[in-house]
Amino acid sequence: MPAFDPIVLFFLLGLAAGIARADLRLPPAIYDFLTILLLLSIGLKGGVELAKQPFGALLPQMLAVVLMGILLPLAAYPVLRFAGRLARADAASIAAHYGSVSVGTYAVAVAYLAYRQVAFEEYLPVFLVLLEMPAIVVGILLARGVDRNTPWRVAAREVLLGKSIVLLLGGLLIGWVAGPRGIEPVEALFFDLFKGVLALFLLEMGLIAAGQMGSLRRHGLFLIVFGVAMPLVAGALGAGLGWMLGLSVGGTALLATLAASASYIAVPAAMRLSVPEANPALSLSASLGVTFPFNILAGIPLYHQLAEHIHRLGG
Amino acid sequence: MPLEQRKLLTIVTEAALEHELVGEIERLGAHGHTITDARGKGGRGIRNAGWNLSANIRIEVVCTAETAHAIAAALRQRYYGNYAMILFFSDVEVLRPEKF
Repeated sequence: MPAFDPIVLFFLLGLAAGIARADLRLPPAIYDFLTILLLLSIGLKGGVELAKQPFGALLPQMLAVVLMGILLPLAAYPVLRFAGRLARADAASIAAHYGSVSVGTYAVAVAYLAYRQVAFEEYLPVFLVLLEMPAIVVGILLARGVDRNTPWRVAAREVLLGKSIVLLLGGLLIGWVAGPRGIEPVEALFFDLFKGVLALFLLEMGLIAAGQMGSLRRHGLFLIVFGVAMPLVAGALGAGLGWMLGLSVGGTALLATLAASASYIAVPAAMRLSVPEANPALSLSASLGVTFPFNILAGIPLYHQLAEHIHRLGG
Repeated sequence: MPLEQRKLLTIVTEAALEHELVGEIERLGAHGHTITDARGKGGRGIRNAGWNLSANIRIEVVCTAETAHAIAAALRQRYYGNYAMILFFSDVEVLRPEKF
């Protein structure tokens, strides 16, 4: 069995095609559609499982995960500000990207675990939803301090009514209400086609990541180092937390992946409007040009091994 | 057929601003607007609409010269510093002046 899930090859194809400037471009509407399908699939799957869980038992785990979402950007900020010598707004914006999560990375991790037949807690999409938001609030506070002029309403609208939260949460609710039997008629689209949709999505992500390479060359070494080091540190933290919360090996690997991933949908949109002085090219080239490819190609197998180690050591 | 002079204000900017700008334009007295997706290249690099954050929009507003200048001044003050935005005026002639 190869070290990584063959689905990653689609990402490499997109990346190579993008770098070679091949005549390949998915229409934006198709990319939107793929994202919508992925978000709903993940939400539905989580919702169905959530129906089987006593909600009270999940509450402490949920609180711990939110706390992690607050701590990650706080830890990243001083590194960016002082080691990276970035402007305050840029450091805060990048910190927010890294505190939040990437649904695409999560989806690849799910596919990776399924490919290796590793079981995990299926309600983890709940954590995905929870981790999306805290980092954005922390990022805005880091950039602007406690400022009465902060456009909180704009930011809240962008996040709460953004595609990812609406569809993840909506999917969770539908799955929860409908239950496993109710979901059966739509399984063919959302679950059976999941890997095919993910493959096409990764092809486009490869093209997008290739587009970030140019700006990466301009912004230099620090972002590349940060874009690899930050997910490693955060992933270790996430794995530790997963073990402490009593998650299975698969669940621990997924929480590590969530901690290690950096947002490229919800956070950029919210930051663009709430912290306009931050340069979006910096945060996006780090999150899309470095961290996403790193996590897909090397990170996820690493977090899985880490989860196995922790469980072996900790019992 | 009598024709009246109006200004056509064209704004090309980041798609992320659409919601905010539409509100602003209406507050400043425009009666309507037309938005199209756009892509191109400018001072902030290639904006190829490959995905949300590199997408541009073109907003067109036909209105009186005063409204056009008020909108331009407001946008210039608020967005020129941090966002990819250009705007320009053209003279147009309209058949139904009460609409604009």
